[in-house]
Amino acid sequence: MSVIQVTNLVKKYNGLTAVNGISFEVKKGESFGFLGPNGAGKTTTINILCTLLSQTSGSAEVNGYDCLKQPPQVRSSIGLVFQDITLDNDLTAYENLKFHCYLYNMDKRKAEERIEYILNVVGLYDRKDDLVRKFSGGMKRRLEIARGLLHNPKVLFLDEPTLGLDPQTRTTVWEFINNWRKKEGITVFLTTHYMDEAEVCDRIAIIDHGRIIACGTPEELKKIIRGDTVYLKTADDSSAISELKETFGIKAAKLHDSISFNVESGDKFIPKIFEGLKTAIVSVNLKKPTLDDVFIHLTGREIREENNHKAGELLKMRRRKG
Amino acid sequence: MFSYKAIYVIVIREFKRFFRQRGRLLVTISRPLLWLFIVGAGFGSMVNMPANIGYKQFLLPGIIGMTILFSSVFSSISVVWDREFGFLREMLVAPISRATIVMGKLLSGTALSLVQGTVLLLFSPLLGVKLTITNFLLMLLLMSFLSIAITAMGLFIASYLTSLEGFNVIMNFIVLPMFFLSGALYPMNALPKTLHYFSLINPLSYGVDAFKHVLFRNGSDVIGAEFPLLLDIGVLFIFSAVMIGLATYSFERKG
Repeated sequence: MSVIQVTNLVKKYNGLTAVNGISFEVKKGESFGFLGPNGAGKTTTINILCTLLSQTSGSAEVNGYDCLKQPPQVRSSIGLVFQDITLDNDLTAYENLKFHCYLYNMDKRKAEERIEYILNVVGLYDRKDDLVRKFSGGMKRRLEIARGLLHNPKVLFLDEPTLGLDPQTRTTVWEFINNWRKKEGITVFLTTHYMDEAEVCDRIAIIDHGRIIACGTPEELKKIIRGDTVYLKTADDSSAISELKETFGIKAAKLHDSISFNVESGDKFIPKIFEGLKTAIVSVNLKKPTLDDVFIHLTGREIREENNHKAGELLKMRRRKG
Repeated sequence: MFSYKAIYVIVIREFKRFFRQRGRLLVTISRPLLWLFIVGAGFGSMVNMPANIGYKQFLLPGIIGMTILFSSVFSSISVVWDREFGFLREMLVAPISRATIVMGKLLSGTALSLVQGTVLLLFSPLLGVKLTITNFLLMLLLMSFLSIAITAMGLFIASYLTSLEGFNVIMNFIVLPMFFLSGALYPMNALPKTLHYFSLINPLSYGVDAFKHVLFRNGSDVIGAEFPLLLDIGVLFIFSAVMIGLATYSFERKG
């Protein structure tokens, strides 16, 4: 049974197409990942599914309710964790949760039991009477996820839930989400641009420029790439690319500071490159396929191109200063 | 879905925030007293007042009006605050209607203004303005009319503001002129003609005028009021209704 059903969804903002005719379904109890670079249309899709935006055309259904025609029913069926923190800093953890229960019209006694239970699960019960202002980023995130689950939603939407968290906190947040999913059997829909987070989803849709370019289990997606990926750093990337094409008939993609291509068995192919390539090779790297490679294979770009670029600029600035 | 539970909890939240933000509380209490006792003392010696009334007494209804004006505008601008800090989304995705959110904000803004107006009203014996029980109750009623009108106006404005930077603009070009042109500091008919027209379209003028009707009644005589009381109440009613309608409409449309 599918709990989310999206058909030919289109969203245009003043002539700009953010979502360009996507269709997919998410089954009950599944964890479904929306993977793509910033600006690919992930958040727009989530906003339509949670009734914050109305689509230009196409249809979206959550828990059997139409997102456009039955917003209250859809809203009661979902829990949401947004990209940015949406807690009230001037309220305590407990008060934030209580506020939520009232908005969702929960029975008072039930609400109190549920808050206590959930605060224990996320390990914040001891801090329940502290102002949220005093919480760390990770604690706020856990509290938000707890809040999203308070009213027993059928689907939990997570929009980049671990953005800006350190790796350790990311791990704890994920452990919590996954344990909860197994225990309560709810459906999780998440967007991310972290490959390792997408990797643990049951199914993934890769989205780019408002279109779904691939959809399936992580294993299925990795099969798109036949064989291994070889990464080369060379003295001159563009001449290396054209040489590879001429000598081996291989189409290589240009990355930030290296090039990459796929071959059947990389370990046997590497010696051949050294013999066949005139361009000087700085380093060679061999990798079994990951979702990153799938994305590069499908789009010819790295998923975190912009981020890498920014990191590069930072580095340059530091060098200049130092 | 219209939800009374949600309205209740929105009001509770605003009250908690109000009493937790120390700075805001301090400003709220001290601002009207500064006006009454410092500005009142300074201007009092320069301004010619109608018979039987000192300038400090004359200021009282205006300063109550000012307190309600600032408090109501500040409360409704909290929508922009909520938007900037993300909390508004928590309310927007809940299974409640936009009208519920507007109503919650309207009630909390009104109630907070009313509390502050009442505290100030209790100072009136100190200024030599007699306060009977009837007057007190009448004032409560009129103060809530004015509070609703201004809060609704603030909510309508807030629905168009996407960042807190707009707040200063609103303060400068709407709130302060409203205060200066309301008859709070000097009688409106003392204003030049063009400015006088502005005070006629200013809802605060009618609120302050209504307060004067209650506080300065001397037998059948009223000192300082410039409109009939029924007109004051009528204008506030119509203004509130229009603003509540506009605010709800614009929240429904834009969130």
